Amino acid sequence: MDRSEIESKLNDLLVDELGIDRDALAQDAKFEEDLDVDSLGVVELLMALEDNFGVKIPDEEAEQITTVGEAVDLVEKKLAS
Amino acid sequence: MEDRRVVITGLGTINPVGATVDATWKNLLSGTSGIGRVQRIDVSDLPSKIAGEVSDFEVTDYIPKRLARRMDRYAQFFWVAARDALADAGIAYEEDDPEAYRTGVVVGTGIGGVESFEQEIDTLFHIGPHRVSPYGIPKIISNIAGGQVSIDFNLYGPNTTAVTACAASANALGDAGELIKRGAADVMVAGGADASITRFALAGFAQARALSTNNDDPLGASRPFDADRDGFVMAEGGAALILEEREHALARGATLYAELVGYGMSADAYHITLPRPGGDGAARAMKAALDHARIAPEDISVINAHGTSTQANDATETVAIKTVFGDRAYQIPVSSIKSMTGHLLGGAGAVEAIASVLTIRDGTIPPTINYTTPDPECDLDYVPNEAREAEVRYVMSNSFGFGGHNVALIFTAA
Repeated sequence: MDRSEIESKLNDLLVDELGIDRDALAQDAKFEEDLDVDSLGVVELLMALEDNFGVKIPDEEAEQITTVGEAVDLVEKKLAS
Repeated sequence: MEDRRVVITGLGTINPVGATVDATWKNLLSGTSGIGRVQRIDVSDLPSKIAGEVSDFEVTDYIPKRLARRMDRYAQFFWVAARDALADAGIAYEEDDPEAYRTGVVVGTGIGGVESFEQEIDTLFHIGPHRVSPYGIPKIISNIAGGQVSIDFNLYGPNTTAVTACAASANALGDAGELIKRGAADVMVAGGADASITRFALAGFAQARALSTNNDDPLGASRPFDADRDGFVMAEGGAALILEEREHALARGATLYAELVGYGMSADAYHITLPRPGGDGAARAMKAALDHARIAPEDISVINAHGTSTQANDATETVAIKTVFGDRAYQIPVSSIKSMTGHLLGGAGAVEAIASVLTIRDGTIPPTINYTTPDPECDLDYVPNEAREAEVRYVMSNSFGFGGHNVALIFTAA
């Protein structure tokens, strides 16, 4: 899966499973400030990432994610390893 | 604080007979039932396959998607009802509005987020704890409807929840009125909701032998006080009323629908699901409400009955009414809108409060439909099948819940 595929799949997840408005999505969009994803929403996002990309994301790595682009980076790294 | 009086200045509801107050009232007066075969879930192996569903409820028509998906259906119903009631009352607060600090919420719910509970337990058992939703707990808790409404409508005042089963929203209204009377708030959003058309709730109530199994005749299944009644029909939905201190309402030129003048409570102290035979508990709640309103039994024009369509409730409520009203019981119209709405559990008392308030406004009593065969144990005037015009001064609304909770409210023209 290349980066653009990850991006597109992640965007779909954010829209379908977290209910985020597609128009608000951008690589530099911050989950908390721009997308209104609170601490509970971050947990939900992690579950969605793990289920849909088949990766395992420990809490301490999850805490580093603040933007959509960083989430893509993390998934890309996990898939490569 | 002795002088503080409580009036009703806004109404909102979404329930099986209507998605608005106007549609609800029109359908109640025309005797239109909201009951049918359950569509939302698989009922093929359940004894009771009928319910009063809020059909065509597309939640995102009412609540932003991001918000709606964090809420159980019961909280969504209350949210919609509260939104409509606030709008009807002409109340909208910006953040930090001083008035908003004097405005609170009391919600009643029987079971709270039971559908979400079922889903999360299913996930826990079949997938594991790591996939239980972070929103699981906030979705199921019974107080979240009130919390969520306070967040979205900027209501900073007293905020609590009554969980007295099928008496819950009657308690919510009574408790909210008391908060206004003692000066803790000037405005209260009060009401309730439940969304218990779920497999667990339908199975559980059926095992308690409380539900109608008249599956072949959904429209005729809820038949309060009729000899052929065989249990209540599950229903879902919510209702909210804006209670307001009378001078506060007058000062801002609000529409006054009615005044809440009486609130009585009692406990049967008898059985978890059955009413005490003889109806002593229910009668004491009605008497307490009359005392609170400082009126005599003769002053009551109409009784909006709890009237669930179970054998036990309807016979016991009838006896209790006779205990309180004596021979005059036979002259008082006693109507049960559950014949049309089904039983909204914690939402019932608030929907029935709206019906009571509109009965006062319009001088028209909604009927008890499906009344065809008199029961010797239920021999009062149940306003059978046709709405009736009447001179209405005081309306009493009864609500009784599992656990033996009895509540009576009394409304009059403002």
